Amino acid sequence: MKRFALALLFTFSAVAASGPAVPNELRFAIAADPGSFDPLHVEESNAEIVRYLTAGVLVRVNRVSGNLEPELAASWNLNEGGRALTFQLRPGLKFSDGTPLTAVEVGHTLERALDPKQPSPAGDTLRSAEGIPEIRVTSPVSLTIRYKTPKPGFESLFDGLGIADPRLADPAFVKTGKLPASAGPFYIAEFHRGDFIRLRRNPNYWKRDQAGHPLPYLDSVRLDIQQNKDIELTRFLRGELHLINRVDPDNFSRLQKERPGAARNLGPSLDSQFLWFNQNAAKTLPEWKRKWFTSTVFRRAISHAVHRDDMVRIVYGGSAHAAAGPISPANRFWFNKELKPLATDPAEALKLLASEGFALRDGVLKDRGGHAVEFSLVTNSGNSARERLAQIVQSDLLKIGIRVNFVPLEFNSLMDRIGKSYDYEAAILGFTNVELDPLLEKNVWLSSGPQHAWAPLQKSPATPWEARIDELELKQATEGSREVRKKAIDEVQRIVVAEVPLIYLVNPDYLCAISPALQGAQPAVAPPQVLWNVEWLRLR
Amino acid sequence: MIQRLALAVLLAVAAIALLAPAIAPAPYDYQDREKTNAPPDRHSPMGTDELGRDRFSRLLYGTRVSVLLVPAAALLSVVLALLLSLPAVWRVPLAAPAVSGFTTISLSLPWLFLYIILRAELPLNTSPSTSVILTFGLMGVSGWAVPARVFTAAMQQLRDSGWVLQAQTSGMRTWRIVLVHGWPHLRSLALAQLRILVPVYILSEANLGLLGLGVAPPLPSWGNLIQDLQHPDVVRANPWVLAPLALLILVMICIECLQTSPDISPESSPVSLR
Repeated sequence: MKRFALALLFTFSAVAASGPAVPNELRFAIAADPGSFDPLHVEESNAEIVRYLTAGVLVRVNRVSGNLEPELAASWNLNEGGRALTFQLRPGLKFSDGTPLTAVEVGHTLERALDPKQPSPAGDTLRSAEGIPEIRVTSPVSLTIRYKTPKPGFESLFDGLGIADPRLADPAFVKTGKLPASAGPFYIAEFHRGDFIRLRRNPNYWKRDQAGHPLPYLDSVRLDIQQNKDIELTRFLRGELHLINRVDPDNFSRLQKERPGAARNLGPSLDSQFLWFNQNAAKTLPEWKRKWFTSTVFRRAISHAVHRDDMVRIVYGGSAHAAAGPISPANRFWFNKELKPLATDPAEALKLLASEGFALRDGVLKDRGGHAVEFSLVTNSGNSARERLAQIVQSDLLKIGIRVNFVPLEFNSLMDRIGKSYDYEAAILGFTNVELDPLLEKNVWLSSGPQHAWAPLQKSPATPWEARIDELELKQATEGSREVRKKAIDEVQRIVVAEVPLIYLVNPDYLCAISPALQGAQPAVAPPQVLWNVEWLRLR
Repeated sequence: MIQRLALAVLLAVAAIALLAPAIAPAPYDYQDREKTNAPPDRHSPMGTDELGRDRFSRLLYGTRVSVLLVPAAALLSVVLALLLSLPAVWRVPLAAPAVSGFTTISLSLPWLFLYIILRAELPLNTSPSTSVILTFGLMGVSGWAVPARVFTAAMQQLRDSGWVLQAQTSGMRTWRIVLVHGWPHLRSLALAQLRILVPVYILSEANLGLLGLGVAPPLPSWGNLIQDLQHPDVVRANPWVLAPLALLILVMICIECLQTSPDISPESSPVSLR
């Protein structure tokens, strides 16, 4: 009897954990509760997925072709030399609760996003150094955004600006905790904190297929909150989830073995892992170490000494590519195709180091002043891929007489060291790119930028090549033509590869899992990957 | 008989750990990148790990680090705890409440955050051996509070016993009472505390690694070797991954067997008045 009761309890818990299957409902997992359901306050990837599925946008970047496509805006015109952008909305648009969506509501969203008092990442990208752009609603279906100076490529930034329910501007409404209406393919119908979110089909969504059938095809989407990636995979293999939007390399090999038809490798993702040396002018390093780290030859030698192919094979099980430079080959338009990953060549590394006065004596590399070359290398603890990359670097550099003291650090301590106290010597981290257009990477490449990892927030560029990158970045940010911008970005990539401020290691592949029951999926490397064309997805 | 066997096993483990450089088939940090996650063979009796390092060699060196330093850290905690619980015997005014308050504060401190702050203050460029000493020293110094509470209670019980009173009235000095008559009563208790602290410290060392305070890679320890068990696939593919855990359990059983049950009752004294 006791055994029966236990079995019953076990079965009940299993059902309660996953919930009964609902017909025509797409199910997948996100790692945590979204921080906010306000499309203007999206600050992390879980909230970003909900925003993408629910909030309507004026235009959308097709994640496969890279082209800008009309959504709530039927058309748009860039005029006044790239300073003004006019959107023509589709007539008769409505939010999911039936309230009309006109240029006035779009204007309100823009004003709220651009309000400096609002912590809106979507608005941050639309602001300009010259101040807040002017927003003019010229008719119920037309509005213009006007900047003081040209802002090239900015129409694609509206892909990230979800049109918000106007009630979200009212603190009294927000206080009630009611779920907002939306203008995207789905609206948020249920939110069970720590358990799941259910989105239902927006009956007022404007889009139809060629046969005139209203989209989306799915009736609902259930997002289970599931932090553990192993459990997520187990549930996918049991058929409880229809997709995994991002599979870890370790889990991918298991997926390939147990469900080869569901495992998808789309090749290099937009992400990269890299190593860099602290080149800050702050006095946190001995003078001789600063001399090593600011030497292009030293950095190039280190880059030659590391085995990128081993990293690809051992750390990522072959699901990665040796990185050539700052832009991943996955970003087809902006990637500089002339660039190739630096060949591993420890002999060349030693030759370069010798040219700078370093000498290998009794297995220890010493500089001109007789200092043994030794440095600490930090990364965030718990990230097994980065920890393994660091140990490969440690072993590779030992072969050319360099001792690396590897210290995995808790993430916040790490950020504090590399971003505030500058008390570190070398670090391994990665960039997770969400946009194809490098316009938003200015904060990395400008010498005054806060993300200029090796020496951030410089008052004036420390080196001529950083000055040249500043020049090119400002040029591509103010120049209207895509071709001229491409040339500038190509040169930035060439300079970064030649001067090696960041030693690019690998571009991990984009790995996902798609159930054969899910049809219409066209996974792309740009977020939200499998979900980017959610309105076209069907369940068999 | 069982105690002798346990002692022999512990001595054998310690001897093997000390002889690791002579016995290990490969250096603990040597990466054979053509042979990652390999099954056991003639050259690698326990197979290799994800970076192609010989698991057997890493277990030997890891045992050296853990078997020698974890008991040392636990001993440090126990000695500190014994010293801090002595005021309970001497009847120094306010000393006992002060130690008790100090113990309560120590037990309620958010050690995790203190460790994070401490790591922020420590230099990054430390050699693996320094990191090992630092890690186990830190654990030893910060782990005194729980045993101190146990020892204080035991010492208070002894202090109030009839035979101690008799010893005091017959002019015996307090330090002599503590060392000659008190210690035999406390020895078993101290051993019990050691036995509790050893596995706690082995696991704590692995957790401290997440804060950048553990044994620095690539130096192995039982703590960081046991972390491999988080990946069920790896365990399924090579059961030798369980070897550090098996060794830990064996050592713990042996320590358990060495242990005699603590007896701190006043009646147990050969000089009891009752």
